[in-house]
Amino acid sequence: MREPVITLTCVLGGAALLAVLNLAVPETGALHVSSFVIGLTGKYLCYAILALAVDLVWGYAGILTLGHAAFFALGGYAMGMYLMREIGARGVYANPLLPDFMVFLGWKHLPWYWFGFDHIGVALIAAMVVPAILAGVFGWLTFRSRVSGVYLSIITQALTYALMLAFFRNEMGFGGNNGMTDFKDIAGFPIGRDGTTVGLMLVTAVVLAAAYLLSRALVHSRYGKVLIAARDTESRTRFLGYRPEHYKLVVWVISAVLAGIGGALYVPQVGIINPSEFAPANSIEAVIWVAVGGRGTLSGAILGAVLVNLGKTWLTGALPEVWLFALGGLFIVVTLFLPRGLIGLAARRRRRDAPTPAAVAAAREVTG
Amino acid sequence: MDGTLLYLDGVTVSFDGFRALNDLSLVLEPGEMRAVIGPNGAGKTTMMDVITGKTRPDTGRVVFGADTDLTKLDEPAIAALGIGRKFQKPTVFEPLSVWDNLLLALAGDRSPRFSLWARETAEERERIEAILVTTKLTEHRTRRAADLSHGQKQWLEIGMLLAQEPRLLLVDEPVAGMTDAETAQTADLLREINKTRSVVVVEHDMAFVRALGVKVTVLHEGSVLSEGSIDHVSEDPRVIEVYLGR
Repeated sequence: MREPVITLTCVLGGAALLAVLNLAVPETGALHVSSFVIGLTGKYLCYAILALAVDLVWGYAGILTLGHAAFFALGGYAMGMYLMREIGARGVYANPLLPDFMVFLGWKHLPWYWFGFDHIGVALIAAMVVPAILAGVFGWLTFRSRVSGVYLSIITQALTYALMLAFFRNEMGFGGNNGMTDFKDIAGFPIGRDGTTVGLMLVTAVVLAAAYLLSRALVHSRYGKVLIAARDTESRTRFLGYRPEHYKLVVWVISAVLAGIGGALYVPQVGIINPSEFAPANSIEAVIWVAVGGRGTLSGAILGAVLVNLGKTWLTGALPEVWLFALGGLFIVVTLFLPRGLIGLAARRRRRDAPTPAAVAAAREVTG
Repeated sequence: MDGTLLYLDGVTVSFDGFRALNDLSLVLEPGEMRAVIGPNGAGKTTMMDVITGKTRPDTGRVVFGADTDLTKLDEPAIAALGIGRKFQKPTVFEPLSVWDNLLLALAGDRSPRFSLWARETAEERERIEAILVTTKLTEHRTRRAADLSHGQKQWLEIGMLLAQEPRLLLVDEPVAGMTDAETAQTADLLREINKTRSVVVVEHDMAFVRALGVKVTVLHEGSVLSEGSIDHVSEDPRVIEVYLGR
C-alpha cells in the first residue's frame, strides 16, 4: 500500500512545489524555477501518461505495442484542431473562417470533420473517442484472429507508420508536413504566458494522478487478475471459459484513450503537432521508458518516463549525436540486468531486508 | 438422467497425412469414470483436444449431453457447457495467489463487463474454502501459485476444475512426476470427485489405473483397441501385443 502513496505524493506534491517555486519566488531568488522548467515538466508528465498506457497493455496484457504514440498523436491532433480554430482571424492570412494552412492550399471551405472543433469540449471528446475507435477496430480484428507476440508488435508499428504517411499528405486537411502551430490561446488563456504554463502543468499532474489511480484499480480488479492470467497462461483461461480476446480488447481501448488524453495535454504545452509524432521511434521510446521504470508496475512507467526524458533533455543538449546510442545501450542494460526495471530493483532490495516467508518457515523448523 | 454424457462418433483427425485419430468411437455414461491408456502417439491427447475444442476433427461428431455437437464450438463455449480439462503439465496462474487462482475458476459470469466490477461475495469465499480443504491447500491460500511444489500445483489445478463445477472432467496424466504418496492421494481425490461428476483420466501409470478400479479404454493408432475392466484388457492378446508386451 506504500507504493501508490509515494507515487501520488511525488506526482502531485512535486508539481505543486514547482508551481509555487515558479509563481511565488521572485525571478532573482535562488530557488526560483523558470517557466522553461515548468513547461518541460508538463511535457514529461504527458509522456508519463503515455507510459502508463503502454504499461497497461504491455505489462498486464502482454501486448508489446510499438505503435502507441499513434494514439498519443491522434489525441494531440484533436487538441491541435481546437487550438487552430481558437486562433481565429489572428493568423497570418487573417482569415476568420479557415486556418492558415487551408488558405495557403487555396481551400474555400472548412472540411466537414473540422466542424465543432471551435469548442474545446468537442476536441477533448474527440481526443478520447478517435483513439478509442481506432483501437477498437484494430484490436477487434487482431485479437479475434489471435495475432500475438512479435507479429502483433510489427502490426502496431505498421499502424503508426501508415498514419504518419497519411498525415504528411496535405489533402488530409491536418496541415501536412508542417502540422499545426502558432497557437494563440487555450480556453481564453494565452499560451506561453507563465500562468497558463503553470496551469497546464498542474492540470497534467492531476490527470496523471487520476490515470494512475484508475489503472491501479483496473489491474487490481478481478478483471485485472483475468488479464494477468491470460497474459501468462492463455490456454488455461480459455479452458476455464474466458475469452482472452475480449479482455485484451477492453484494456487496449482504455489504454488508447489514456494515450489520447496524454497527447491532448501535450500539444498546448509544446505548441506544435506534426506527423513526426507518429514516428515509429517515438513508440519504441515509450516502451523503453516502461522497461527502465519497471514493466507491470504502473509507478515504474511514470518513473521511467520522467527519468529517461530528463536524461534525454540533458544529453541532447550536451552531446546530441550520442543520444540514440545511449538510449539503445540503456535498453540493453535494462533487459539484461534489470528485468523488472528500477522499481523491481527497489522491491528486491526491500525483500532482502525483510525475511522471506520461506526463510521464516526454515528458521522455525530449525529452532522448533 | 439416462443415456450418454459424451459420444464420440467416428472421429478422424489427421496432421499432414498422419492419422492421430482414426474413426474413433467412444461412449461415456453419466457419472462414469473412465481410464484411457495407450502407447505414445495412440491419440490420447488429440482425443482431449477434440473434446475441448482445441482441435477440429476432419470427420465425425462429438455429442455432449442430449444433442450438443462440440465440433461446432470453441474452447470457452465448451468450457461454459461444463467440460473441464486438466493438462499434463500443471497449468495454473503462476503470478496469482492460490486463492485468486480458485476465484477466477469459480463457475460464474466470464465477461469483462462482469469482472470489471465484481466483488468477492461470502458465497464465493465459502466455495473457495471448501475446495482448499478438498485439495489440502488451506494453509497455502495466500502463496503465489508459482511457489507451490509440483504436486501442490497439480492439486491446485484439480481444485480449479472443481471450482468450475464441470459435468465432465478430463484429466491428462495427473500423477506424472508425483511421489507414491501423492499418487495415492490423487487417486482418492479423483474417486471423491467422481461421486458427483463424470471423469476421463488419461494415464500411463498402470498401478494408478488399477488403483482407480474403473472401466478402461485402450487406444492404439487413433482408435479403440480394447475396452473393459483392467483385468479384461490386460489379458486381451492384442493389448499385450502392442502395449503391455513391450
